[in-house]
Amino acid sequence: MKDKSKKLSGIMLDFEKPLQELYDKLDNLTAVSDEGKLEMTEEIRLMEKRIESARRDIYSKLTPIQIVQVARHMKRPTTLEHIDSIFTDFVELHGDRNFADDPALVTGIAKLDSRSVVVMGHQKGRTTKENIYRRFGMANPEGYRKALRVMRIAERYNKPIISFIDTSGAYPGIGAEERGQAEAIAKNLREMAELTVPFIAVVTGEGGSGGALGIGMGNRVLMLEFAIYSVISPEGCASILFRDAKRANEAAVAMKITAPDLLELGVVDEIIKEPIGGAHSDGKLTSHLIKAAIIKNLDPLLKLSHRELIADRYNKFRKMGVFLED
Amino acid sequence: MSIHEWFKRKQKAKEPVQTRERLDIPGNLWVKCYKCGQAIFSRDLEANLKVCPKCQYHFRLTAGERIRQLVDEGTFKEIDPKVRSRDFLEFKDSRPYAKRIEASILKSSLSDAIVTGTCQIAKQPAALGIMDFSFMGGSMGSVVGEKIARLIELACEKKLPVIILSASGGARMQEGIMSLMQMAKTSAALGKLRETGLPYVSICTDPTTGGTSASYAMLGDINIAEPNALIGFAGPRVIEQTIRQKLPPGFQRSEYLLEHGMIDVVCHRKELRLTLSRILNWFNER
Ligand SMILES: [Zn+2]
Repeated sequence: MKDKSKKLSGIMLDFEKPLQELYDKLDNLTAVSDEGKLEMTEEIRLMEKRIESARRDIYSKLTPIQIVQVARHMKRPTTLEHIDSIFTDFVELHGDRNFADDPALVTGIAKLDSRSVVVMGHQKGRTTKENIYRRFGMANPEGYRKALRVMRIAERYNKPIISFIDTSGAYPGIGAEERGQAEAIAKNLREMAELTVPFIAVVTGEGGSGGALGIGMGNRVLMLEFAIYSVISPEGCASILFRDAKRANEAAVAMKITAPDLLELGVVDEIIKEPIGGAHSDGKLTSHLIKAAIIKNLDPLLKLSHRELIADRYNKFRKMGVFLED
Repeated sequence: MSIHEWFKRKQKAKEPVQTRERLDIPGNLWVKCYKCGQAIFSRDLEANLKVCPKCQYHFRLTAGERIRQLVDEGTFKEIDPKVRSRDFLEFKDSRPYAKRIEASILKSSLSDAIVTGTCQIAKQPAALGIMDFSFMGGSMGSVVGEKIARLIELACEKKLPVIILSASGGARMQEGIMSLMQMAKTSAALGKLRETGLPYVSICTDPTTGGTSASYAMLGDINIAEPNALIGFAGPRVIEQTIRQKLPPGFQRSEYLLEHGMIDVVCHRKELRLTLSRILNWFNER
């Protein structure tokens, strides 16, 4: 607990600030207790309980823009961390065989318990240096082309595909445009629709626009409780429609980007609960919960034929849209 | 003169925003070219397919104008004219989305940003979708996605080639995530078309960006672009802000995409019908 309080204190989000005071008190109690002057075990236990319940309280009523902050949290578990906790025998596969390897989108083969699967996901960094290398998880066309190449391997050897979505969007750069960012994503959408193997996509952090969808056309789309999924970032939407990027909170509400909203709209199939205090408070437990959800959703898909899997996916996305007709 | 100065001189000042109204005002006999400033007699501009005779600037066209220019007279049969947008998120920015839809319908006399149907081009049947930028910037929401999916499914059923003319700033933000899902829906439908063995020709006109480019606009067996159209995934401003660098001249324009291998043909509007008829004819031969 003591370690945890220290770790959290530096990276607290605005709305978590009430917890800081409690952590300070806890630190005092622990210090006094450690010095051996007074037996404080009971007080420490009570303070820990208070923190726990305060955290539960805060996280039970987050606003959409606060959820955006949690989804983008610096300590939120990344794709490679989830892969490490959920799968074994991971071998990362690099390169699109045309131009480059894209470190912003990782792919590979792995075992889910005893089953061979293909895994992929956007990879954000933890430090500034890492983030520059990973382009903050914003993939270039090579990332999407590598993903498609590896999906084809899955198809050839009849293995399920699991993707982890965590990107603010595809990378907006000169080279990305020159090498066909739009074409790379578009092609993935068309090809994903026709995959003959079970495909589960999990939105773990930020589901940003076409860059997210580019590896997101699963038979099942699962979403972590405090992840977001949207057509444009709240800031982008605010600067275009509200003509003021600072009105991102309004845009976040208006666009309906939280997991419960997306479940209601039928865009995601299941919400995966996060540990109290969000995924960043317990990455291992988060991975464990994701794993359980993957297994549960994969089982029925494994019974479907190639043709049924394609039809299942086609119908899922064909139904999407709300309009009038009279 | 250094090469940089030379490039600078070649670079045009900011592209002016064009509005349809300016051309529609009755009695407005002279139109100024948005690019070179040339005054053009309205009737001459119409006769020239709305291309500036001096600088070849391609004015944006409405869906109706496109049909008149491309399709054999009297052969266009619209499908799904009654599919309309619904403000299911109760989305409100400076105006409620519901009001925006209403105003756009009145202004454009279209039901949404695309018109779909079957037609003949030089006597060859095709399924045709035409986006119209004047309807909310040609943005792609549920209606655009649905009408494209239905058009493609109809084409599969009737064994028709598909042609889509894009003119779109991308996804319609007022429909949130649902507009993103239209990318998946339309691309999946194109997958079916491909499985059925039917051709798809995509024509990118100014502009074709965002979610539209990252789905059906870039998936043609043959991708055509009108000259100097803005085509790309990310908006130039977003790119500039991200990389903090000036963009190269001609960046994201048709000719630039041709050079980088993303477009098969850059086709002057005068040649578009002929080019399409050649392509349809090539596919139609048994
Ligand atoms: Zn001109």
